[in-house]
Amino acid sequence: MMLKDWVVAKRVGAVVASPVRGAWLYLPAALVALAMSLPLIYLIIRASTAGSSAWTWLLRFQTVQIMGQSVGLALSVMLAALILGVLLAWLVTRSDLIGRTIWSALLPLPLVIPSYVGAYLFVSFFAPRGLLQNLLEGWLGVERLPSIYGFWGAWLVLTLMTYPYVFLAARTVLMGGDRSLEEAARSLGCSPLETFWKVTLPQLRPALAASSLLVGLYVLRDFGAVSILRFTTFTRAIYLHYQSSIDRSAAALLSLVLILITVGFLVTEQRFRRSAAENPYTAVRPVELVRLGRWQILALTAIILTVVFGLILPTAVLFYWLVRGLAAGEQLGIWVSPLVGSVSVSGLAAILTILAALPVAILSVRRKNLLTKVLEKWSYLGYAVPGIVVALALVFLGANFVPRLYQTFFMLLFAYVILFLPQAMGSIQAALRMVQRSLEEAAASLGENPLRVFQRVTLPLMMPGVATAAALVFLTTMKELPATLLLAPIGFSTLATQVWGAVSEAYFARAAAPALILILTSSISMYLINHHSAIEGSSQRQ
Amino acid sequence: MIKTRYWLILPLMAVVLVGCASFSASSQAEDAGSLIIYSGRSESLVRPVIEQFAQVSGIKVEVRYGNTAELAATLLEEGKNSPADVFYAQDPGGLGAVANAGLLAVLPDETLEKVESRFRSAQGLWVGISGRARVVVYNSQRLQPEDLPADLFGFTDPRWKGKIGWAPTNASFQAMVTAMRQMWGEEKTRQWLLGILANQPVVYDGNTAIVAAVGSGEIEVGFVNHYYLYRFLKEQGDSFAARNHFLNNGGPDSLVMVSGIGRLAAGKNEENALKFIHFLLSPVAQQYFAAQTNEYPLVAGVQTAAGLAPLESLNAANISVDQLADLEGTLNLLRETGVLP
Repeated sequence: MMLKDWVVAKRVGAVVASPVRGAWLYLPAALVALAMSLPLIYLIIRASTAGSSAWTWLLRFQTVQIMGQSVGLALSVMLAALILGVLLAWLVTRSDLIGRTIWSALLPLPLVIPSYVGAYLFVSFFAPRGLLQNLLEGWLGVERLPSIYGFWGAWLVLTLMTYPYVFLAARTVLMGGDRSLEEAARSLGCSPLETFWKVTLPQLRPALAASSLLVGLYVLRDFGAVSILRFTTFTRAIYLHYQSSIDRSAAALLSLVLILITVGFLVTEQRFRRSAAENPYTAVRPVELVRLGRWQILALTAIILTVVFGLILPTAVLFYWLVRGLAAGEQLGIWVSPLVGSVSVSGLAAILTILAALPVAILSVRRKNLLTKVLEKWSYLGYAVPGIVVALALVFLGANFVPRLYQTFFMLLFAYVILFLPQAMGSIQAALRMVQRSLEEAAASLGENPLRVFQRVTLPLMMPGVATAAALVFLTTMKELPATLLLAPIGFSTLATQVWGAVSEAYFARAAAPALILILTSSISMYLINHHSAIEGSSQRQ
Repeated sequence: MIKTRYWLILPLMAVVLVGCASFSASSQAEDAGSLIIYSGRSESLVRPVIEQFAQVSGIKVEVRYGNTAELAATLLEEGKNSPADVFYAQDPGGLGAVANAGLLAVLPDETLEKVESRFRSAQGLWVGISGRARVVVYNSQRLQPEDLPADLFGFTDPRWKGKIGWAPTNASFQAMVTAMRQMWGEEKTRQWLLGILANQPVVYDGNTAIVAAVGSGEIEVGFVNHYYLYRFLKEQGDSFAARNHFLNNGGPDSLVMVSGIGRLAAGKNEENALKFIHFLLSPVAQQYFAAQTNEYPLVAGVQTAAGLAPLESLNAANISVDQLADLEGTLNLLRETGVLP
């Protein structure tokens, strides 16, 4: 039998009804979809009052150009993040790279740096006469560095801040996926590269589609990095409408257009994903790692460069600010209660988002039909518009219709779920596809009810994917700003709001301490999540 | 074994949720002695002065910090259901939007009369608290004050090509352009914008970034508010190579603008709100702004920061805050000339 036929046969064999696909799941899924519709309802109400000047602005030629710039930036960041993320994930899971476990823990961390802070740090280092130029002037007499502003600066900074989405998704599949196929390919004489191209990559396909979609949407809705790096995108234009004239209706109209652009991305992703193959675990034997040999140095260079630019450089600039400020007698300010605030709301947001994502994810993987497909895509609505738009939608609905809940933690957590549900969706779906249904059937045939089957068989097997989802939501909640500022109970502050408050007023030393603590706390959390899921995964599969 | 560990999460969540709920409940408790402030001025600037007020008055003060425009939009969305008692804004634009929606109450005359009439709303809906002047910040290693032209129009000279930084998205910059339209007229303002554009100015995100870039020598001059510079000097010392130049020509480029505060008509704590506004206009608070944020105190008899000429001695633009209200016209001009996207 040809390798290809064997692969196909092995995949098809798994497709049978599973006990974990209950029709009752439509109810919670519908509730989730309803929650997701709230921002859209608000936007339609607001946009209906948009004046003629908003329409004139929208229908100009320059506006079309700005849309083109947005889409162009999103696509090029997606491509770069995809290549970088897959390469790094493969290196830390499949090769004999030196220090794999350390790199594996460090590489997701750039995700925790808020994009406006990341861009600011980058600019203070690389600006034509920034810190780097100062260093080089001392040693080499360099007078001026080339400008990092505009498209390439934005592209570089956003790539460094979003590749972890792809990295985490790819790593989850590579850690858990079926290696027997790869081993078979190797034994049939394929080179490591051929094996990767013909066997590994197709397995990764759905996870890559979902995670690069997250990257694309992140870029489409980002405001901080593009403003600091001076590249005009559609989202920047939306912010400017709020900023200058507090013109909510024009901003709402533009946000609806942004949703249309996002729909384009969603449709493309769906086609790219094609039929997401079921890819169950089989017995996992210690896999033989690909020996890098003389490629070792090149691989290490790539990884070190990524970690240096994505993580060490921003941290170093923060330390520099801190030390310089302390030397000038600056106060460090308070950070204990923001730290507790950040960690507790982010942890809760991660748990609630996963609970909300589960019914939709299970339905979309286990009952493939048009309705479940629409339910799944609908959950991306909150991620299709800038954070400020979702926050204002909930301000409007909360203050006017549920004043008792307005500006409480419930409201804030609700906002986080709407904002970050898509981040959990992809990893959970990927994890579900890795669960071998025969195990669920065996449990059911032994008399367990579907809920118990889910709890005792499905969930434990899904753990690596669930951990990834939790990590993504946790990290992005840690740095979330607009919803936290507008919807949190009054007086509540997080590390991110502290950093923002200080940087926006040029108090760099005061920004440095909470920013460093933000990075440190997130690193510890990432380590715990990784560690936990690795232990869970291995103890389950033995 | 593993199963039990998952379910440990649930009681933990319950505990945290209950904790959150009680936090929210207590924060919503409305007794006679409380005050809710929406502050578009950042925590690092105004927290000390607000804490001092809470201490002196014994009032329980709660503050929501945010960006002025976003908080103004929030107030507009909340409408009459807003929990806020006062809105303390970084610039008149946000206050104007909230006032136009009919959400602000008229302030008592005794409060309003503490500041000059050009620094408060004509209908008495809000009052200025502290002032900042538009200045030219220049790199002190490359330029001397004598090298700078007498007004901003002088920067349309080709010799400034590639050396200018500006922030057209910034509210203060836009207020200055509104003043230009009032005092120079539409046509001269357009000529100025096009003239600066022809000199290929570097576009920044805000005043802070411009001052940083002037200090590092990335650009030579920038159009900013005066008070950002002093923070850089404080953190980095006098070697930071940027200084302010006050044009002092009585034109729109010598504009003095204000931060201000208004009381929400639907606010539940009217008395405390007025007490707070009064406090901000008291010598103690005004002294704080002068000394700590290097802004101009607006109440007569309070000293400005060392090294800063007093407000009375400035030849500032003679224009009232209400004349700066036509932001829409300014935005249209900025978009038409291609300064804004």
